[in-house]
Amino acid sequence: MAAPQNPRGPRPAGVTVGRVGLYGFLAISAAFFLLPAYVMVVTSLKSMDEIRLGAIFAWPAHFDLSAWLTAWSGACTGLTCNGIGVGFWNSVKITVLSVAFSVIIGAINGYALSFWRPAGAKIVFGLLMLGAFLPFQIFIYPLVRGFAAIGIADSLAGIVLVHVLFGLPLVTLLFRNYYAAIPVELFKAARVDGAGFWRIFLEVILPMSTPMVVVASIFQTTGIWNDFLFGLVFAGRDNLPMTVQLNNIVNTTTGERFYNVNMAATMLAAAVPLVIYFVSGRWFVRGIAAGAVKG
Amino acid sequence: MDVAMTADAAVSVRDLDIAYGGATVVKSLSLDIAPGEFLVLLGPSGCGKSTLLNAIAGLIDIADGEIWIAGNNVTWAEPSQRGIGMVFQSYALYPRMTVERNLSFGLRVAGLPKAEIETRVAKAAALLHLGPLLKRRPSELSGGQRQRVAIGRALVRDVDVFLFDEPLSNLDAKLRNELRVEIKKLHQQLGNTMVYVTHDQVEALTLADRIAVMQGGVIQQLASPAEIYHRPVNRFVAGFIGAPAMNFLEGRLDLTHGPVFVAGNQRLDLGRYPFTAPPAEGPATLGFRPEHVALAAAPGAPVLPATVSVVEPMGADAVIWAEHDGWPFSIRIMSEVTVAPGDILAVGLDVARASLFGADGMRL
Repeated sequence: MAAPQNPRGPRPAGVTVGRVGLYGFLAISAAFFLLPAYVMVVTSLKSMDEIRLGAIFAWPAHFDLSAWLTAWSGACTGLTCNGIGVGFWNSVKITVLSVAFSVIIGAINGYALSFWRPAGAKIVFGLLMLGAFLPFQIFIYPLVRGFAAIGIADSLAGIVLVHVLFGLPLVTLLFRNYYAAIPVELFKAARVDGAGFWRIFLEVILPMSTPMVVVASIFQTTGIWNDFLFGLVFAGRDNLPMTVQLNNIVNTTTGERFYNVNMAATMLAAAVPLVIYFVSGRWFVRGIAAGAVKG
Repeated sequence: MDVAMTADAAVSVRDLDIAYGGATVVKSLSLDIAPGEFLVLLGPSGCGKSTLLNAIAGLIDIADGEIWIAGNNVTWAEPSQRGIGMVFQSYALYPRMTVERNLSFGLRVAGLPKAEIETRVAKAAALLHLGPLLKRRPSELSGGQRQRVAIGRALVRDVDVFLFDEPLSNLDAKLRNELRVEIKKLHQQLGNTMVYVTHDQVEALTLADRIAVMQGGVIQQLASPAEIYHRPVNRFVAGFIGAPAMNFLEGRLDLTHGPVFVAGNQRLDLGRYPFTAPPAEGPATLGFRPEHVALAAAPGAPVLPATVSVVEPMGADAVIWAEHDGWPFSIRIMSEVTVAPGDILAVGLDVARASLFGADGMRL
């Protein structure tokens, strides 16, 4: 039995067994989940001879960056051997255009649905949500035929249009919910001041939307950058995004497998979402959480 | 409707119907507001007062009727074309603009020349003491300052009619009192027509030239604050205005030997009550305000025996909660008088200032 005390002031800090166990568990979990990343990095820095030794956890004997160079500009994707760098720029083009259009249009949609409430707004919103929950694979065949008919099959315009169409339901939902929290009196005040649809959007509502624009952009960027299926089907040979080219490099069925190049190419393809993650921090988490409804 | 009377009204609402979904919120409401008048729309939440104000502003669709402002039929006009300025409960300042740009937004939208905009903003800023705040953002202002900016935004529009939608409800009690006085001063200086929505009876009684008490989308009584307070037309108005509320004693009107109000075995002589129409016998309610009860009955006044249950001192005065035959009622007295719970009183009623309501709730 402890001696009677007279508690006063802050509770004394102390290292308990529970705390040690907790931090120990966290450290082990982190190490466990980091292990594949570690293997990828060290493998990409090894020569093929060293990789063949089979010690995948071993530190590279000497750092060899040639695999990264090859991955970027020399690896063979199908018949051409220009590396994954071509795909990188294709992905940048596709992502920038798709994100810009889907966020702008989604913001306008959300604004119109929240504040102007046109006749049939609920039906439009219901249809948009239905679109968000239908598996998009079932649209691929009709879209391919449709795009061919209007002449945008296998083009940058086609792949951007697909991304905008499939991004809109969720981006609209994000903005609509964000605007639902803005007091409608603000909108009324602007109307009394004589501002119209575009003026209110551009001068009053959009300047307040920075957090949602950032979240929606992050959400859309990671989604579109990581897309494989749409890129493969709609982009056309000249605009294949990085993900498709990565697949072509990694999944060769002839010749030697260059594991170091494959690892480097994979990390290059994952670099953009990773950089966004590290730069944007809490915004990224919000974007992921916002997308949680779609899973 | 008397067209001659409405022709020179600042705001005239004629046979207005407003419906949400299937429900009619306001039903054939007519209201004339004189130029320079301060009219308060008062009522509990959901009574349709804000809806009526929004309809005058043109911010909601109406089902039927007409709205005239300054002699023009503005029923189909855009809010900005109606010659109104509006102040909202949540201030509704544009958060990404400075105070100056908040004030000038409407003028910039209207495409006024720069010099004119500057003059008007400077004038409003001087009137509302906003000069030092012009470069700040709304987030850097206190609630009272924000609402002054919102009033300024209505002011620069140089309009004849100001609409206030519960402008003080978001402020704390002290600021509310200060700004209430400022609004009254502003009205005296500018002489504009003001329509003011509130659920706060103190604001209504202090600010209004006339009060329209609303319930269920219908104006129950439209009259001066004194008239509304002293001669409410029905039980709803009587019960809604006044704190503590008016006391209502249920009973029966007996005319056998002059008008007498019978409650239980108590007979109260109503000889001094100013009937609005020849009375008829039957069930009735006697309403009297807490301050119209005297601890020492004047000669001839009807007397009600009561037991004190609670005393609430309020500084200048005190409220006594007493019971008569199990029926609780309140008495307002000067705080110098000492009364303790359990005391037995014989209180006198000031019948001349009481209100008598018939079975249908209407004033007799």
